[in-house]
Amino acid sequence: MSAVALEGGFVDAPRDAAFAFRALMEVMARPGRIEELAGATPPAPLSIAAGVLLLTLADHDTPIYLGGACDTEDVRRWISFHTGAPMSGPSHAAFAVGNWDDLQPIDAFPIGTPDYPDRSTTLIVEVPELEASGAKLSGPGIRDQAFLSLPDPETLAKNNARFPLGLDFYFACGARVAALPRSTRIEACM
Amino acid sequence: MNDYNFAYLDEQTKRMIRRAILKGLAIPGYQVPFASREMPMPYGWGTGGVQISAATLTPEDTFKVIDQGADDTTNAVSIRQFFEKTAEVETTTTTSEATVIQTRHRIPEEPLTEDQILVYQVPIPEPLRFLEPRETETRKMHALEEYGLMHVKLYEDISQHGHIATSYAYPVRIEGRYVMDPSPIPKFDNPKMEMAAIQLFGAGREQRIYALPPYTSVVSLDFDDHPFDPSKAPHCCALCGAEDSYLDEVIVDDEGGRMFVCSDTDYCERRRAAGHRGAALAEDAA
Repeated sequence: MSAVALEGGFVDAPRDAAFAFRALMEVMARPGRIEELAGATPPAPLSIAAGVLLLTLADHDTPIYLGGACDTEDVRRWISFHTGAPMSGPSHAAFAVGNWDDLQPIDAFPIGTPDYPDRSTTLIVEVPELEASGAKLSGPGIRDQAFLSLPDPETLAKNNARFPLGLDFYFACGARVAALPRSTRIEACM
Repeated sequence: MNDYNFAYLDEQTKRMIRRAILKGLAIPGYQVPFASREMPMPYGWGTGGVQISAATLTPEDTFKVIDQGADDTTNAVSIRQFFEKTAEVETTTTTSEATVIQTRHRIPEEPLTEDQILVYQVPIPEPLRFLEPRETETRKMHALEEYGLMHVKLYEDISQHGHIATSYAYPVRIEGRYVMDPSPIPKFDNPKMEMAAIQLFGAGREQRIYALPPYTSVVSLDFDDHPFDPSKAPHCCALCGAEDSYLDEVIVDDEGGRMFVCSDTDYCERRRAAGHRGAALAEDAA
């Protein structure tokens, strides 16, 4: 096994994961907020934020789908060594990682069932830029309104329209992360 | 050297709980099933809240535990000590100093801020459970937004008592979608649930986690002609004189003597420290 797969994990897993989870919870609870993650250095092209997120939340119970450019031998080995998570196709994935285009069509991922809307995929989207501007967000977690640069506001608004079913999104850009739960209402405006 | 993993639970368990919390935040009011673990305390003593706290705490947190508003009851003291030992966190009884507050059946009087997290201990998470005992049926009712039964229950309250007699665990509707049990907090606390802090609910025995992001719409169910009334005992606190806090009734002698005191001990102490005096203390001074 290459050294790339073995390196770059949490140094102190319980504490690193605790801090990372708090940041991940903050962004999921307050859509539009951007936080920084630290503690892991995954192999390229995986961003630090996506790597830390997987180390914090993924394990043998969560099949992972790697989309397009992210699906490299190094990334697969790194994820399976550090988390034990199996790889899967879109239809069984608990987490999916990739660029927005590589994760299309997002209809391929499970959105939960009316009885169990939680049985859905969380998409970790690698984005080239992540700014608190662009699409206007409102809904749970947002007092008045928030703004976030989204890859495809129209598709994401359709995802919201299916609430309580739907996909949840993390956007990773370098070490920075933001989230868009299915509950957030989206208006594309510049 | 600490013999336990950080915050007691093993990492795999914490990941499972953390995933459930995130799903809960994404679907406010929906009860996410989770594989609740045995904790070193009996079910009914806050095992759901403790598991959420264990998955949430970082070593930099300041932790507060209240049991029906009080910081000094057995349950609150032991949970506080448990996390002092296992998660190396600072603990406090001061509401404004805490970053994570675990609570049994109360929301602190002092408004919470964006930097705080409120963790509820929940005995029965399903608001429809006493109306429909079958899990398969209640799950279907939530899926279909079929909440007529709950309104019938509230209506029967009115026809029997002349008003909605439900005074705690008063059902709420979240963002116009899920009907949720706010845990057995007094209905006096219901209006506080639209707050700046993240609210997490854990039911250990029933194996459910649910959550409310900040500023989520929380509407107490009612009728146009019987609007929701967050009532409390019509008295002032006998110790600090507060008129706006939720009160406990305390029997003080064998002759029917009683007094009403703030259930939120921190709020009451803070007010007394600021020089406020209620009827009981005024008499002592005299």
